Amino acid sequence: MGELAAFIILAIVTLLPAVVVVTSRNLVRAAMSLIPSFLGVTGLFVLLQAEFVAGIQILIYAGAIAVLILFVIMLTQGGTGTALRQVNEQQLVGGLVAGALTIALLGLLLRTPWPLVAGTLPRSNVAAVGGAFLTNFILAFEISSLVLLVSLVGALVIARREQ
Amino acid sequence: MLLDWLYVAVFAVVGIIMAALPLAVVWLLAPRADYPQKRLTYESGVVPFGQAWAQFNIRYYLFALIFVLFEVEVIYLFPWAVVFREFINRQLGGFVFVEALLFIVILGMGLIYAWRKGALEWV
Amino acid sequence: MTGLLVEALIKSIVLLLVLLTATAYLTLLERRLLAKFQLRFGPNRAGPLGLLQPLADGLKLLFKESFVPAQVDPIIYWLAPSISMVTALFVYAVIPFGPSIQLFGRSIPLVLADVNVGILVVLATSSIGVYGIILGGWSASNKFSLLGSLRSSAQLISYELTLGLGVIAVVLLAGSLSMVQIVEAQRDLWFVFRFPYGTVAFMLFLIAGVAETNRAPFDLPEAEQELVAGYQTEYGGFKFAMFYIGEYMSVITISALATTLFLGGWYGPPVIGRWLPGIVWVILKIFAGVFWFVWLRATFPRVRHDQLMTLGWKVLLPVGLVNVLLAAVVLALRSR
Repeated sequence: MGELAAFIILAIVTLLPAVVVVTSRNLVRAAMSLIPSFLGVTGLFVLLQAEFVAGIQILIYAGAIAVLILFVIMLTQGGTGTALRQVNEQQLVGGLVAGALTIALLGLLLRTPWPLVAGTLPRSNVAAVGGAFLTNFILAFEISSLVLLVSLVGALVIARREQ
Repeated sequence: MLLDWLYVAVFAVVGIIMAALPLAVVWLLAPRADYPQKRLTYESGVVPFGQAWAQFNIRYYLFALIFVLFEVEVIYLFPWAVVFREFINRQLGGFVFVEALLFIVILGMGLIYAWRKGALEWV
Repeated sequence: MTGLLVEALIKSIVLLLVLLTATAYLTLLERRLLAKFQLRFGPNRAGPLGLLQPLADGLKLLFKESFVPAQVDPIIYWLAPSISMVTALFVYAVIPFGPSIQLFGRSIPLVLADVNVGILVVLATSSIGVYGIILGGWSASNKFSLLGSLRSSAQLISYELTLGLGVIAVVLLAGSLSMVQIVEAQRDLWFVFRFPYGTVAFMLFLIAGVAETNRAPFDLPEAEQELVAGYQTEYGGFKFAMFYIGEYMSVITISALATTLFLGGWYGPPVIGRWLPGIVWVILKIFAGVFWFVWLRATFPRVRHDQLMTLGWKVLLPVGLVNVLLAAVVLALRSR
């Protein structure tokens, strides 16, 4: 009961700003609306007792990526706050494709037999994630640092060329 | 466990109300004496010219970018730090340390690269 | 369920009222202390020792006209100070003020919510706090505001990394992200005395903490000689006050976090620790931290922006990374 109410509230907190993101004519407002949306997703993760993922969601998405997006917008003409159109002449086609995709996904969701057997939660799921990083998924852990390194080098090269 | 989060949620809601309450009080109590000059943008007493929303230096973007990458690194180190002592007790301390060392050194090279390329200079 | 909600509500309201009062009196404390440092008297007229001064200030701000400049983006302009204040408040949901106490025959923990990722909640909240400044400066449509907010957000994100690295050293030592368990792990020895890595982590945390709260000598966003008042330039009345409540509350927050993470929380010093109850030790330590903040402001001149960024990226970040590795090495070797 309480969880359902929390889920509904969080879903609204996630979805309403998401609508603003794709419809607002002011780019900074659109980017800013990402933040409550990310926070809503964080709440959903907390509800699933996936606290570490919730932490990542805030620190990386709401705290870092959204800052980056705001900076990028302020770096370009979008930061001037002038009204922009978020849609172009392909509006109708885009809408149809999105609608078809929604129906397909919904159909898939309803047909999937979701396992309802409750597993046991680890005592601390951060520790569980850490254990997994360091044993079974060690390669993924180390490769993620390489991916980060490559993206850093790439971004610096592009940024310096534009200077 | 979810119970603790309920407390957090209630605290957040009460906090938001406490922040909104004074604004409502201000709306009720504060005087209104508005005229166009008062609403001018402050520019040290001169009549403002041009737009404030100008494009600004790309350095801010570079720093934000490097920040995102290191933020990811820092948060990946948290689960490692939580289980480190557990792994020491299982006689795997050296192994786990080398894993973190590799992780930090690879990203450290990124920092050195940015440093050498002058991306960390603020001029 | 309803009983739980009521309990949560009462606890939240009590905690918030205590916090807001403490913040109001922090402004008085700072003004009086700064005056002492500079051989002045400070505000001492409103009530005995000036004790009614915060009340007078608060009332004055409530009666100030609240107008919105013509060029601003109204929604974001109103939202920004609220973000600053609410994020500053929110951290206290997970900060422990003492071990459980007995009251009316029940055991009441002196922490609102002992979530098992408490320290992540703190870091996440401080990373959201940046938006109050970015958006406040942007929405005001003022050149000083925009420049101040950009500088400030660059400063905040740079020092967030240092803060995080200081915290990781603590997590390594405690093996937990729960604030209560971190304090429990310091029963025998405060983490600040785990020389060298604990001490280094403590110093990194404090320096980053000063930068995160925009306090002198890192108060560049409000560098009044060059930026008027930075991102706050177009704010007046209570909206301006909300930014200040956020800033002053963050001073208490950093002190409370330093207490919890490095200074043993409710555990007193070895011999005399038992003389006073835990909550008194917490308050004494927080007070010491706050005093240190004021002392710092009275002593050091403001740094330049390029110095600030150089310090953050070229000194503190590498030191933080090496310190984490050092702590891991020592821990692994000691267990042999």
